[in-house]
Amino acid sequence: MSSAGRLAVTCLFLSVLAGAAHAQKQGGVLRVTHRDNPPSASIHEEATISTIMPFMSVFNNLVIFDPDSQQNLLDRIVPELATKWAWSEDGRTLTFTLRDGVKWHDGKPFSSADVKCTWDMLTGKSEAKLRKNPRKPWYFNVREITTNGANEVAFHLADPEPSLLTMLAAGFSPVYPCHVSAAQMRTHPIGTGPFRFVELKQNESMRVVRNPDYWKPGKPYLDGIEFSIIPTRSTAILAFVAGKFDLTFTGELPPELVKDVQSQAPQAICVTQPTNTQGNLLINRDKPPFDDARIRKAMMLAIDRKAFSDIISRGIDKIGGAMMPPPEGQWGMSPEFLQTVAGYGADIEKNREQGRAIMRELGYGPDKPLAIKVSTRNIPDYRDPAVILIDHLKNVYIQGELEPIDTSVWYARMARKDYTVGMNVQGVGVDDPDVVLFETYSCGSERNYTGYCNADLEKLFHKQSMMTDYEQRRQIVWQIDKALQEDGARPVIYHGQAGTCWQPYVKGIRLAVNTIYNHWRFEDVWLDR
Amino acid sequence: MAAYIVQRLLLMVLTLFGVSVAIFVLLRIVPGNIADILFDSAGLIDPADKAKIISDLGLDRSIPVQYVQWINGLFHGDLGYSYVSEKPVLEEIAPRIPITARLAGLALFFSVIVGVPLGVISAVRQNTWLDYVLRVVSLSGLSLPAFWLGLLILMAFVHWFGTIPIYDRVPDSIWQELELFAVPAAAVGFRSSALIMRLTRSSMLEVLRQDYVRTARSKGMSERSVTFDHALRNALLPVITTIGIETAILFGGLIVTETVFNIPGVARFLVEAIRWRDYPMVQNLVMFIAVVVVTVNLIVDLLYMLVDPRIRYSE
Repeated sequence: MSSAGRLAVTCLFLSVLAGAAHAQKQGGVLRVTHRDNPPSASIHEEATISTIMPFMSVFNNLVIFDPDSQQNLLDRIVPELATKWAWSEDGRTLTFTLRDGVKWHDGKPFSSADVKCTWDMLTGKSEAKLRKNPRKPWYFNVREITTNGANEVAFHLADPEPSLLTMLAAGFSPVYPCHVSAAQMRTHPIGTGPFRFVELKQNESMRVVRNPDYWKPGKPYLDGIEFSIIPTRSTAILAFVAGKFDLTFTGELPPELVKDVQSQAPQAICVTQPTNTQGNLLINRDKPPFDDARIRKAMMLAIDRKAFSDIISRGIDKIGGAMMPPPEGQWGMSPEFLQTVAGYGADIEKNREQGRAIMRELGYGPDKPLAIKVSTRNIPDYRDPAVILIDHLKNVYIQGELEPIDTSVWYARMARKDYTVGMNVQGVGVDDPDVVLFETYSCGSERNYTGYCNADLEKLFHKQSMMTDYEQRRQIVWQIDKALQEDGARPVIYHGQAGTCWQPYVKGIRLAVNTIYNHWRFEDVWLDR
Repeated sequence: MAAYIVQRLLLMVLTLFGVSVAIFVLLRIVPGNIADILFDSAGLIDPADKAKIISDLGLDRSIPVQYVQWINGLFHGDLGYSYVSEKPVLEEIAPRIPITARLAGLALFFSVIVGVPLGVISAVRQNTWLDYVLRVVSLSGLSLPAFWLGLLILMAFVHWFGTIPIYDRVPDSIWQELELFAVPAAAVGFRSSALIMRLTRSSMLEVLRQDYVRTARSKGMSERSVTFDHALRNALLPVITTIGIETAILFGGLIVTETVFNIPGVARFLVEAIRWRDYPMVQNLVMFIAVVVVTVNLIVDLLYMLVDPRIRYSE
């Protein structure tokens, strides 16, 4: 081929590539199944994916995890309502420059005052109050928010905290408008995002439509998104298989159901991956005899984590500590290090023999077992592991009796510490030690259901929070995690995995491997049909 | 007759009062309240915020005071606000009633037009192969759990027709309504039709052995006239009672069908409202269902008089 010919082919190839890059089609409505009725449309008031998935597209954050990156990491954060940000030299002030010309869905202009309003409300400093404020612990370190004109806002911290940026990049951190009440945000949210809220029909459906004034030209591609609430999983799957829906609710399909979907709809694209949801053991350390660390240790030695994984998920659930295990998790203990943690050794029988020895020392035995109630929420995701737990505890002379607790009173009972031993399942919004450690294990945190409080570890929580060197910080996080597991703070039993499926003509869906909460802006999704 | 109707209406009022007290008290006895459940989705409970919600919703007042407020509101057409959706209860309930009414109506229509004729045929052709087949079908209708049958129907539709008959849009024509409701109505009507068929059959068998039927035959009347003019009319009394009871059951008891076929009707909404302890929603929905039940009972009693002139409801 002549050089002119080669040039022509190269040009053609490049033009095809360019064409492919701009081949996204405008239009169409994405139909998504939804598992249940979201408690409200206000993301700041809820801690459930049921609210995040349908309503994240109504909002924008200051910054966001790069939607093209599969892993949510500190160094993969990109601008959204902020065009840039800068840390002060002492690491105590984070200043954002804000985007010009952004409008709320009701036409009012967005400004730095809205950012200040939002975080003043979250930190409890404003007169406007949220009815519930589950992310308050995230911002324990934020002392003040200041504005400098309409386009600059600064977060002033008590101590340096590089991870603050990861929390601000989470799906749980949208900017709310000052001029809209918290009550209205629960029923008719106003945002700056790619889609405008249309309606939330209780127990029926949710609808958002394209925001024609979105500040990203040409986006979003979809005309709208419809979420249909189908609480019966079988019906939802059959409806997806029949082509009534384009996307299943995220993280809702256990591995065996993913297999089922793929056998009935081979064209469907299904992804099974970690959800950063963990099953953990709650031990009320204020109630005798569990105030004795030896009993807590014996309980941990009784647990066969692999058996949990094999039974619950055919062996694909992962074993780890408080932080999500690698490679998806950035901070979890390595498999080698995990083997050094008491109760994680591969020789389960040896662990259990140690556990039995401890129990015998305390006066228990096969003829004199310790009778306890194992409380859990009365839904299958909680009940199933609780039953396995009861079976494992028998190995160290603990006779458990299942106490299923109605969902309506589960958190009330936990908050009152009205339980002895409990089986809990918990989702993590951001794979970052500051989120997990302060929310779950810090002294006095509302979500610290076991009331665990260790002054020495608390110092380490703060120490790691201030560190900028990833490797050094990770080493400390591992030490903390090891101590938490060995101390029975809230022993982690498994890290869950689940599947999401979509039709092949749905393009632009990108899931993260270390959370299910952060990739639902839907602005890059389009329909190729 | 007028006295009887007045007496029945007074009984209706008394029944509704009893239902209102029972549902109000029972709701508040069960553990957990709306404040606890609202916090459930946040994964934590802040005692101060919880106290504020309880106060805002008026749940810190005594139960009798709350009851009087509710009844007073009812008399003024104010059903209150839903704690969950934060919208007026009437606004939430109103669109769901026609959906359930259509589904229940179609299911009832299906069960009557299938159950009564098949019951008559089964009785007239007693101990023939047709009778045996119909009895087996009716027995299966009574034994198959609605949840299982519903899922089976959905699976069959997906497998053979590549579609699924669930409620996925608001119908804008009568044909679309039929398309959306026909399959779930047939699924739920199958059980009712089986019940009506068996009852019609046994009632017909009893009536067909009566002297007046033999007399009618001996007078040379056609078998058709004997069956429909003399036997069926008298055999219908227990069937009408059953249809009345089924109407009431269908209106409030479609939870399984509404869930499996994803129909946003009253029953599914009621279960969700109970789960959330959304007191205003549950109270008003249960009262509404109670009104339907007692009204249907009254209509059944009145129908008795029309069908059987021997019955006199005088003092």
